Amino acid sequence: MDAFNTVILVLDSTIRLSVPLLFAALAGLYSERSGVFDIGLEGKMLAGAFAAASAAAVTGSAWLGLGVAMIVSIFFALVHGFASITHRGNQIVSGVAINFIAAGATVILGQAWFRQGGRTPSLGADARFGAIELPFAEALRGLPVLGPIYAELISGHSLLVYIAFFMVPFTWWVLFRTRFGLRLRAVGENPAAVDTAGISVAWLRYRAVICTGVLTGFAGAYLAIAQNAGFVKDMTAGRGFIALAALIFAKWRPLPVMVACLLFGFLDAFAIRLGGTPLPIVGRVPVQLMQALPYILTVVLLAGFIGRAIPPRAGGEPYVKER
Amino acid sequence: MAEAAIELVGINKSFGAVHANKDIDLTVPAGTIHGIIGENGAGKSTLMSILYGFYQADSGEIHVGGRRTVINAPSDAIACGIGMVHQHFMLVHNFTVLENVILGAEGEPLLKTSVAKARSELERLERDYGLEVDPDAIIEELPVGLQQRVEILKALFRGADILILDEPTGVLTPAEADHLFRILRQLKDEGKTVVLITHKLREIMAVTDNVSVMRQGSLVATRKTAETTVEELAELMVGRRVLLRVEKGEAKPGDFLLSVRNLTVKDSRGVTMVDDVSFDVRAGEIVGIAGVAGNGQSELLETIAGIRKAESGEVTLDGRPVDLTGGADPGDLRRRGLAHVPEDRHTMGLVLPFEENENSILGYHGDPAYLKGPFLDVDAIRSDARDKIEKYDIRPADCRLRTANFSGGNQQKIVLAREMERDPKVLIVGQPTRGVDVGAIEFIHKRLIDMRDQGKAVLLVSVELDEIRALADRILVMFDGRVVGEPPREASEGEIGLLMAGVETREAAE
Repeated sequence: MDAFNTVILVLDSTIRLSVPLLFAALAGLYSERSGVFDIGLEGKMLAGAFAAASAAAVTGSAWLGLGVAMIVSIFFALVHGFASITHRGNQIVSGVAINFIAAGATVILGQAWFRQGGRTPSLGADARFGAIELPFAEALRGLPVLGPIYAELISGHSLLVYIAFFMVPFTWWVLFRTRFGLRLRAVGENPAAVDTAGISVAWLRYRAVICTGVLTGFAGAYLAIAQNAGFVKDMTAGRGFIALAALIFAKWRPLPVMVACLLFGFLDAFAIRLGGTPLPIVGRVPVQLMQALPYILTVVLLAGFIGRAIPPRAGGEPYVKER
Repeated sequence: MAEAAIELVGINKSFGAVHANKDIDLTVPAGTIHGIIGENGAGKSTLMSILYGFYQADSGEIHVGGRRTVINAPSDAIACGIGMVHQHFMLVHNFTVLENVILGAEGEPLLKTSVAKARSELERLERDYGLEVDPDAIIEELPVGLQQRVEILKALFRGADILILDEPTGVLTPAEADHLFRILRQLKDEGKTVVLITHKLREIMAVTDNVSVMRQGSLVATRKTAETTVEELAELMVGRRVLLRVEKGEAKPGDFLLSVRNLTVKDSRGVTMVDDVSFDVRAGEIVGIAGVAGNGQSELLETIAGIRKAESGEVTLDGRPVDLTGGADPGDLRRRGLAHVPEDRHTMGLVLPFEENENSILGYHGDPAYLKGPFLDVDAIRSDARDKIEKYDIRPADCRLRTANFSGGNQQKIVLAREMERDPKVLIVGQPTRGVDVGAIEFIHKRLIDMRDQGKAVLLVSVELDEIRALADRILVMFDGRVVGEPPREASEGEIGLLMAGVETREAAE
C-alpha cells in the first residue's frame, strides 16, 4: 500500500511538472508547423512568468496575472515574427536574442520594481491559481485503487493544469479539422503553394506565432502563479529547450507531444522523489545524475532512437518569391 | 474574332538590370488555346506570373473579359477566374489530393463540410473532363502526370475560366503529354480559355489555335497556328541576331583528347537529361554544342566536369577514363588538364563576396606556387592576379575589389583567366558570353580561338547559335537529351534552327 501511495505521488508530481513543458511544446508546435522555428520558447516563457508574477503581486488577481503574461509573451512572439517573417532574418538568431533579453530584463526589472534581488513578492492565495477539488473527490477517496487515483491524481490541480491537457485534443482538432489548421500545415511545408492559392503567407505565419505567444504566456503564468508563488530568477531552467526536444520527439504532432512531455515530467518527478534514497541493486545514486536524466534522455533519444524526425519542409526558411 | 478573354497592354517588368518583359501587348480570344513560345529566359513565365498576380508589372494594363482589372495578388487573379499550373507544382507534398484542392478555397472555417463538398465537386470534374485521380492519395506518392492533374483540378475547383499552363510537358512522358493535350482540347470544348507556355514547337502545332512568339523579353509575333509553319516559328523564336565576325584560320585537328561514349545522365527526378550521347573533341579544334536551353547541354557539361553522376557510358580524358559514378574529384580532373568554365558563373564559377584575387585562384589554391608552408602566399596570389588582370584587360584593375562589384563581362573574364592560364589540355566552356557586353564578347571569342590554335581541345556549349557558328569547327545539335545532328559548317541558321527545335527527329519518328 505504501508503494502504491508512492507511485500515486510520483505520478501526481509528474502531471504538475509536465504542464509547463506541455504548454511550451504546444506553443512551439503552432509556430514550427507554420515554418517559423522558435528557439525562443524559453525566453517567452520566462518573460510570461515574470509578467504574471508582477501583475499578480501588484493587482492581487491571478486572472490579471495570466492576462498580462499572455500580452507580454505575445509581444515577444511578434518581435520574433517581425524579425523572421517580415524581415526574413535568421530565426535561430532572433530566438536566441529573445532568450537573452528575457533572462536579463526580468531580473533588472524585478530588482527595480520590487527590490528583492530579482524576485517578485510572495503571492497570497487570491493572486494564484489554487487547486480545484473535483466533485466527490473526498467522498470517493476511500475506494480502493480508483479512489486515490481520482482524488490525488485527477482532482486537486489548478485550473491551468486542466487547460494544458485540454489544449492537446484542441490543438489536434485545430490542426486537422479546421481551415486555419490546414493552411498552417501547408504554409510550413510549401509556402509557395499557399501564396499561389491566394492566401497571405505572412499573415498566416503571424497568426501562428500569436498562438505561440498565448501558449507560452500560459506556460509562464503556470510556473509563476500556479506551481510557485512568485517569480524567481531563471525559473524556467531550460524547460523551453526540453519542450523543444519533446516537440521534435513527437515529430510535431499534438498527442505524441503530450506523451513526450509526460515522460520528461516523470523523469523529473522521479529524480526529485528518489533524490538521495538508495535504490535496490545500484545503491545510492547521486542526485546530480538523477537531475541530469532528462537531459541525458534527450541526447540519447535525439541521437536516433525515435527514427527520423522530419521537420516541416519549409521550417527555418524565410519565404521569398523566386528571383 | 471571338471576344478577348485576356488583353495585356504595354506590360513592362524588370528584375534589377534584366528587362524581362518589354512593352508586351497580347490578346487571347475567349474559348481558344493560345500558345506562347520562346526560348528559356525569353520572358514567357514572367509575363504569365504577372497575369496571375505573382509578380506586379512595372507598367501596363490587364483586361480580363473586357474589363480593366488590377491584379496585385494571386487571390485577385483567382477572383477573375484565372487559374495557373506552374512549372514547379505548387502542391503540399504530404497532403492528400483533396486537401491540396481545397487549400485556400475551403469556404468555411471547419473542414468537414468543405471536404464533403469538394469531394462531390471533384467527382463532377472527373466525369466532365476525364480527370481521374484518387482524392485520398498523398501527393508525393503520385506520379508527376497525376500531380499535374491535381494542379488542373485545383484551378477548375476555383472556377477558373482561363487556365495558364507553364511548360506543362517538361516533366511528362510523351504519352502523358498527349493525354494532357486531350484534356486541354476538352476544356476548350467546354468554353474555357487555355494559355500554354512552352518552348517546344511540336506542342504548339499539335494543340494551339493561335501562337505568340517571345524573344528576349519582347513579343515579336502572333500567328494563327493553322497559317504558320514550324520553320517560320523557329526563325522567329531563335531570331536573327547581330552576327559577330571572328577571324580564324582553318582548324588543324590533332589527337583525340576528349571522348564521350554512350553517355546517359538522369536528373534527381529520374528524367533522362542526356540520352546516349557520343562524340570526340580533338586537339586544336572547337566543337560547339548548339541547342535550345534545357535540352541536356548543362547536364552533359557537368557530367564531363565530374560534378554530376552519369547513369551509363564513358568519358575519356587524354586517354584515361573519367570516373562517372559521382565520385570524381573535380580537382583531380583539373590536375589532369581539364579546365571548366561553368555555365553560371554566379552559382558555380565565383564566390561573389570574395576579393578578385581570391577568385582568380579558386580551385587551384592547393598549388604550391600559391602556398607558403601551410598558409596562402598572399603576395604571390596578388601578383598572379595582377598579371591576369593585365592580360585579360579586367576592369577595374584592382585585385582587392570584391568580385560582386565587377560587371558581368569582367566577372566572366576572371573565370576565363583562371581556367585558361592553367594551360589545360581540354577546355570545356558553358555559355561563355551570357550576360556579357559586346566588347567583352569579342575578347572572349578571340581567347577561345587562341586556345584552339595553341592545340587545346575546346568543347563549347552555348544557346547563342551565332556564337556557335562563329567559333565552332564542328557543330553538334542537342535536342531532348540527344545529339540529333551534326550539320555541315556551311549549314544555314534556319537549317540548324530546325534541328534545335527537334523537327527532324519528329519526322524521323513518325
